[in-house]
Amino acid sequence: MTETPLTHAARATPPSVARKIKGLSDRAIAWIFVGPTIFLLLAINIFPLIWTINLSFTNFRANRPGREVDYVGLRNYERILNDSDIWLNMQATAHFLFWTILLQVLIGFTLAYLINKKFKGNDLWTTIIVLPMMLSPAVVGNFWKFLYQPQIGLFNYIVAFFTGKDPSSFEMLGSVQLAPWSIVIVDTWMWTPFVMLICLAGLRSIPDYIYEAAEIDRASKLRQFFTITIPMVLPFLMLAVLFRGIENFKMFDLVVQLTGGGPGSTTELTSINLKREAFEKWRTGYASAYAIILFVTVFGLASIYVKALNKVKER
Amino acid sequence: MSSFSATAPSARSKWFAGTLVILYALITMIPLAWIMLTGFKSPADAISYPPKVFFEPTLEGYVNLFTTRTRQTDDFLAANPPQTWYEEIVRQYDMVIAGPSKFGERFLNSVIIGFGSTFLSIFLGTLAAYAFSRFKIPLADDLLFFILSTRMMPPIAVAIPIFLMYRQLGLSDTHLGMILLYTAVNISLAVWLLKGFIDEIPREYEEAALIDGYTRFQAFYKVVLPQAATGIASTAIFCLIFAWNEYAFAVLLTSGTAQTAPPFIPTIIGVGGLDWPAVAAGATIFLLPVMIFTVALRKHLLRGITFGAVRK
Repeated sequence: MTETPLTHAARATPPSVARKIKGLSDRAIAWIFVGPTIFLLLAINIFPLIWTINLSFTNFRANRPGREVDYVGLRNYERILNDSDIWLNMQATAHFLFWTILLQVLIGFTLAYLINKKFKGNDLWTTIIVLPMMLSPAVVGNFWKFLYQPQIGLFNYIVAFFTGKDPSSFEMLGSVQLAPWSIVIVDTWMWTPFVMLICLAGLRSIPDYIYEAAEIDRASKLRQFFTITIPMVLPFLMLAVLFRGIENFKMFDLVVQLTGGGPGSTTELTSINLKREAFEKWRTGYASAYAIILFVTVFGLASIYVKALNKVKER
Repeated sequence: MSSFSATAPSARSKWFAGTLVILYALITMIPLAWIMLTGFKSPADAISYPPKVFFEPTLEGYVNLFTTRTRQTDDFLAANPPQTWYEEIVRQYDMVIAGPSKFGERFLNSVIIGFGSTFLSIFLGTLAAYAFSRFKIPLADDLLFFILSTRMMPPIAVAIPIFLMYRQLGLSDTHLGMILLYTAVNISLAVWLLKGFIDEIPREYEEAALIDGYTRFQAFYKVVLPQAATGIASTAIFCLIFAWNEYAFAVLLTSGTAQTAPPFIPTIIGVGGLDWPAVAAGATIFLLPVMIFTVALRKHLLRGITFGAVRK
């Protein structure tokens, strides 16, 4: 370490002096420093969560504050789990999750692999590629809606230009078959850079000497790829999938602006459905039970996944 | 290392990789470029088919974004010739400017709430991060995980009780309410990122300062804070971007006074449907600061988006 007045002082001062520290004890300072954060989180996260759990056992409706509230036990939960519409929402969410993650992993990893070839100007192009993921999802959803317009949209024009189809013959947002894919495309456009950045960090963490050793052992490039590159990047890739999984399970803003859940309820992901129940139909008790089920699902799946991730890391 | 390293990519593979990446970058920029172009189109050009790449640029979209307009009689128009360039633009449709639109206010709300919540998150976050980094706190790992886990809740799920709570406390649709809410959302990010940055500052500096007679608190703000400045600045930009972009809480908990720009931009209506050039102009003004910040942040980007889990 370089010599600074501080480090010099550290060595020059006898330890007995060090104990004579003025002011509050460390313990007191620790609690003063951490306290406000914990308090804020308790007030704005934990207290509401407990309130939600409480509401989930009632038939409370927030648009009728004066009405008497009855405790209905587990009835809300029973109704949700037996509701076939909710399973359709879950299916839409699963479709969205599966395809966005698959596409983002494939494209993101490929891009990272190519950027890692360290061609001239790769930093500049990486920065450009990264831009979409930092933007406001609601505004992104809104302007993609413009690109998807059947008559005038650029997306339909480009697809028509390459396939020879009539640009007004298909509606990305209006058709039951295409709408689920339209949200997958936008999410992939927006979040592939996220997976790419994490994969790039993984690729850059592999020391050159491992490849050099493999080269001496005359391992083929393909074999090096599957026995060195993939296993070493895997923990990073899994982390990227965890983040994308949690985020997309909560997905709301982008899809609300793009399709509003439609047509019908083909792109009505669970968060959008939850918003309808809570803030349009005002079934507050029912929606609270729904929120708890979603939270437990995310939390449960994430915990199992993190365990798996740690196992991969230990290898 | 020698330039003949067995593992260095060949010139041809570099060229190939470079071409593909640049191609992807260009394609991925099309939607953004298109929205920025649309902001400078006239409404007719914006919805023409085939889509126009070359057109006569106009500031109509921007004028429409910032103003409200009314139609007037011919007599009125003849008696009051346009005074400024923006009045002139509006005149081609026999309209006059009636006043400013709400966009300015909504944008200002985004700025106030964004900066307010960022300041609070960083203030509280730095204190907490320092404590987690330097002191033995009972159950520190559990507390840190608890702080992180608050991020896993879907915003809509949290919004139900917050909506009820804010209604009781009179915080609905207020700046203070939104600032507190965004602080609570961002603080997990702030604590995790800042703890990483403070962990990297050698303890010896503060210990030396303590021995020199500084109090713990003085050591914190005279020694640690200046060293953590870069980390604090990049964490602040992340908090600002997240608050700036947030939509779900904004759309559910605000409707007027404290409404931010994201829920407002999609609702800009022109004559006969959505005024796409004005929407595009609004999106451009709203997104541009984020793009500039992203470029400024590029070195810490990875760290920020993974809550400090991946450090380059």
